[in-house]
Amino acid sequence: MAGRAEPVSPRAGIIAALCVAAVILGALVAVILRAEGATAGLSRANWAAIRFTTLQAAASAAISVLLAIPVARALARRRFWGRRGLITLLGAPFILPVIVAVLGLLAVFGRAGWISGVLGWVGLEPIHIYGLHGVVLAHVFFNLPLATRLILQGWQDIPGEQMRLAAQLGADPGVTQRLLEWPMLRRVVPGALAIIFAICLTSFAVALTLGGGPRATTVELAIYQAFRFDFDLGQAAMLSCVQILLTGVAAIIALRVEPGGGFAAGSGIALRRWDSGGALVVQDAIAITLAALFLVLPLAAIFVDGVAGLWPLPSGLGRAVATSVSVALISTALLLGMALPMAATAAIPGRGWVEGAGLLGLAASPLVIGTGLFLIVNPVINPSTLAVPVTALVNAVMALPFALRILVPRAREMRAAHGRLALSLRMRGWPMWRHVLLPRMRPQIGFSAGLTAALSMGDLGVITLFADPQMATLPLYIFRLMGAYRMESAAGVALILLVLSVSMFWIFDRGGRRNAGA
Amino acid sequence: MKHLTISAGLIACASAALAEDKPVLTVYTYDSFVSDWGPGPAIEAVFEETCGCDLQFVAAGDGAALLSRVKLEGARSDADVVLGLDNNLMGEATDTGLFASAGISADYALPVAWKDETFVPFDWGYFAFVQNADAPAPANFRELAASDAKIVIQDPRSSTPGLGLLMWVKAAYGDEAGAIWSELADNIVTVTPGWSEAYGLFLEGEADAVLSYTTSPAYHIIAEEDLTKIAPTFDEGHYMQIEVAGKLAATDQPELADAFLQFMVTDGFQSVIPTTNWMYPAVMPEGGLPEGFTDVSGVKPLVIAPADVKALRDEALAEWQDALSR
Repeated sequence: MAGRAEPVSPRAGIIAALCVAAVILGALVAVILRAEGATAGLSRANWAAIRFTTLQAAASAAISVLLAIPVARALARRRFWGRRGLITLLGAPFILPVIVAVLGLLAVFGRAGWISGVLGWVGLEPIHIYGLHGVVLAHVFFNLPLATRLILQGWQDIPGEQMRLAAQLGADPGVTQRLLEWPMLRRVVPGALAIIFAICLTSFAVALTLGGGPRATTVELAIYQAFRFDFDLGQAAMLSCVQILLTGVAAIIALRVEPGGGFAAGSGIALRRWDSGGALVVQDAIAITLAALFLVLPLAAIFVDGVAGLWPLPSGLGRAVATSVSVALISTALLLGMALPMAATAAIPGRGWVEGAGLLGLAASPLVIGTGLFLIVNPVINPSTLAVPVTALVNAVMALPFALRILVPRAREMRAAHGRLALSLRMRGWPMWRHVLLPRMRPQIGFSAGLTAALSMGDLGVITLFADPQMATLPLYIFRLMGAYRMESAAGVALILLVLSVSMFWIFDRGGRRNAGA
Repeated sequence: MKHLTISAGLIACASAALAEDKPVLTVYTYDSFVSDWGPGPAIEAVFEETCGCDLQFVAAGDGAALLSRVKLEGARSDADVVLGLDNNLMGEATDTGLFASAGISADYALPVAWKDETFVPFDWGYFAFVQNADAPAPANFRELAASDAKIVIQDPRSSTPGLGLLMWVKAAYGDEAGAIWSELADNIVTVTPGWSEAYGLFLEGEADAVLSYTTSPAYHIIAEEDLTKIAPTFDEGHYMQIEVAGKLAATDQPELADAFLQFMVTDGFQSVIPTTNWMYPAVMPEGGLPEGFTDVSGVKPLVIAPADVKALRDEALAEWQDALSR
């Protein structure tokens, strides 16, 4: 490679990024090639869908991140009993199958929900949740935890020495904010915004169910229409390109805004705060309590519903659990294989596009990608024999942007802090990974592995296109139960899925954090 | 030990060979048909007793996803039979030219005469709004629209029942369909992507009624001994969903496919349908309908000819979107 030497060669990361791009774009091209006849341009309805999609995604991203900042700050400067458990639990909405989460949310905020019940008591009308505000509420429910974790990570990346120094110099909270926290937020927030914007862009079931009707038509729904109603594959592919384009614009803005430099190296001592007495305690307590209530109440509803439906366990559950766990583990392994080299490469100045390539998996319509992969695989081999590997691969690709968002900032710091020393010691490649990067990035690796495993457990994904009757993942199994009127059993299995996903997340995340003091 | 391994290996080979000896009949169907609670497992067992074959179901989403898949695969498809299209998809399915005439006739228990040569009906149902028995029951769409009842429906673009409702209003009201939708707009709490979400919302109490089938209360009565759900009869009639199967022209197992379609209209298949697929059997099984299924002989059947569906569908969708987007 031209340019200056790097302790970790960018080659592996570039290859991984190209592979991801090849899978996504290859699938897209497969769909385009299969399209018959000329495709009409974007209709008025399509433009309306694009407008609504962008609006709800932008609002959801902005509000999620805005609310996440005080919560993350509170979590960063408080230590209390159950803090870690709370942080893990707060991640749960993100990994739930959409329909389960929506039902939990409606049990609290719906017409017949808890809040409406209380309002009815005092003689008020039930709240009206359906509309743009409902869509945004649901997306904030899903993404506030992710935003909080990403920003919390930023706080934890501020070297402990600097906080200590600030305290020694008598910096008050305002000064600490300006000198340490603002620069950190300026680094972390654009990326968090971009990724949540991208997630919300392909939202379909949430947007439709809570949006209250065809006004809430998203691009993804328009793709469904093109695919199922008109069998216009060209139109479906074109709309997916629009999704990619929108995500691309968001990514470019985010990566541009995000300054490269981070904090100077720290020795990794634990973060302690001296600037957080008095009124700040109350402020933090309020932020944590409100966020916890907002996120935990719907989970409690899912729990209550689920416990009632746990018995009798439906037949075939064990098989579905086994399928889901294996898909999750394979996904996690695939993800780490792609994300680690990509993160190390993206950390090199001028190679930020590698992270952009990672966003592709999130940007493109799952329906179009699934169909494209189906078209590629089908002539060669019966797709249902590949149900597990294809699902695992697609889940890994979908989780990639999250993992990169978690890993890249840390990798950047590692490069800045240890790159030159490593080069002067002629430490490169595997020894560099083994002695420097892996141990020091362990919390981030654990977090992203946990997130991937859990996401992969909860995602309905492309399995519906490939599944054979014997190979249902838990989300598909829940869907089948619901389709057979067995709503109570479905709620019971959803609870099992929730517990399994959170446990998997916890094990990986905990493994990463052991002795890490974060 | 070594002998054991070898003999185990031989047995494995032998059973694999045995399985290979049997011809495989591949039936594409929708997802809920093959689930552990659907008709698939029982039907597979009964058919395999006599066919000397291996019946393999392949599941693909719902009816519309099924048709998309068949179109995607075209003549190269592995499928011999496609089971689970309905009267709203039949016209399009016929137009693909991928299906061959089955030439099956039976004494159908359908409320309308069955004329199609290509497709064979295996069950049917009436779309209906399901509600709690103690709530006021509307007698037609106008009464429903005038009431303050809240309903949840499915999006016609992503759901079979959603499309059914669209065609129901169109069949009942023709040019006035748009006006009916405008009147209904304030009753509609929300529109969901599929049946499961809508039914789940209804059971959670988010709406007073949900678009489903006249057979839905039978599930609650038979499986849960719950008598509180009813499906009021509308006097303008109910739109029918007739579910059909067809043989692909490119099948490599034409005789087996015919045998399966013939089996489909016999007791072995039909008696499984009511309490697994929760639809009315296309041919009345010997024992009749199980207790709990209400008598729908007085319902006026509405159906739009498959050939007319496509043109009417686009018009009806535009009216629907227009009325509900305001």
